[in-house]
Amino acid sequence: MEFLRPGSWEEALAAKAEHPAAVPIAGGTDVMVEINFDRRRPEYLLDLNRIGDLYEWETVGDEVRLGASVPYTRIMEELRAELPGLALAAHTVGSPQIRNRAGVGGNLGAASPAGDSHPPLLAAGARVEAASVRGTRLIPAEEFYTGVKRNALAPDELIRAVRIARADGPQQFSKVGTRNAMVIAVCAFSLALHPRTRTVRTGIGSAAPTPVRARAAEDFLAAALDEGGCWETGRPLPPSAARRFAELAAGACNPIDDVRGTARYRRHAVAVMARRTLGWTWDAYRGGERGARCA
Amino acid sequence: MRVNLTVNGRPQQADDVWEGESLLYVLRERLGLPGSKNACEQGECGSCTVRLDGVPVCACLVAAGQAEGREVVTVEGLATGGDGTELSLVQQAFTDAGAVQCGFCTPGLLVAADELVRRNPDPSDADIREALSGNLCRCTGYEMILDAVRLAAARAGEAG
Repeated sequence: MEFLRPGSWEEALAAKAEHPAAVPIAGGTDVMVEINFDRRRPEYLLDLNRIGDLYEWETVGDEVRLGASVPYTRIMEELRAELPGLALAAHTVGSPQIRNRAGVGGNLGAASPAGDSHPPLLAAGARVEAASVRGTRLIPAEEFYTGVKRNALAPDELIRAVRIARADGPQQFSKVGTRNAMVIAVCAFSLALHPRTRTVRTGIGSAAPTPVRARAAEDFLAAALDEGGCWETGRPLPPSAARRFAELAAGACNPIDDVRGTARYRRHAVAVMARRTLGWTWDAYRGGERGARCA
Repeated sequence: MRVNLTVNGRPQQADDVWEGESLLYVLRERLGLPGSKNACEQGECGSCTVRLDGVPVCACLVAAGQAEGREVVTVEGLATGGDGTELSLVQQAFTDAGAVQCGFCTPGLLVAADELVRRNPDPSDADIREALSGNLCRCTGYEMILDAVRLAAARAGEAG
């Protein structure tokens, strides 16, 4: 094994181009587990810890450009207003020790269907900034996950950042597990209201081979909110609409039975989380945000 | 490969380090610091918690090469006094509150609790539970550990 230690982003891209099989390591919270357990013996480890750019975030227009290695602890502390869904999800990752090291880049690179950041990234409409010596491209989150632990990155590409629209409405995240800390999601759900475009977006984790959006549920809810004039009036949602939204969210799942839960339970839990997150976000829209705007 | 790092304030050098090796292995097997415990090797148990440039992390998940040039504080670095014989505030509180049974999880808990009390001198119970949520103890049921952290925080407050 060789340990590659680029000192700059350009050097990292050059190293990845020269050694496409090199495994990038930043927080190490996934990669080191695989090495410790003899599940993986990469020929090259590509250490990204020395690349300061990856640990910074900036606001560009209506978007946050979140460096791939900004640890979850800082996302929780610094980005709660801009990226509320992701900040909530960040708080459920592992433990303080894990959140101090792990970031969104590793979640995307590993592309586990259970990764906690995927649902809020889908719901916010994030784009992954993939870079190589050939250039940079932006991959929409829903096109990034291509299979169980597979993603759309080319062998010579590294994740530089994630570009995420700053929240224009309430966002929520919900996750099912056996305790609050150190839990791999049994399943997870994220919902973002986008009042500016009068749309809603969702993300489901750990209930299909990849993280997925519940598009039929999104379309149904957007139409229901529009028809009811709900965005203007902020009236309460009819329970029938919330129920239908939940059913459609469960319908978007394609889960399996495994050690963490059964497929049937996952569908049920996703429906419950969909209904709850809708209630929380709609209440927030009616109360806080609309109220503030009217006042 | 060779790894240079500062451990508990002292410059250290480890030779013949395998590239896939963890910081925990370097500390325990190459630098003779077995205080940080090796248990789950997957970041679940927190018994290998150390501070890396001040931040609590699982040493089993830091690649040795990533520690190059960094500052590490292990449980061996908590005790004070010229020769490290005087227990730190948190260590004394753990012994006084009976927070140690088999002792295996203790080093990781001490490092995590020490960081909490330095960062937040008046932690709520929720703060304590959150700060220690990455450290498993199979003996105590945690109550004595919570007592110990409350005691350490109160003593830190008195000491001003």
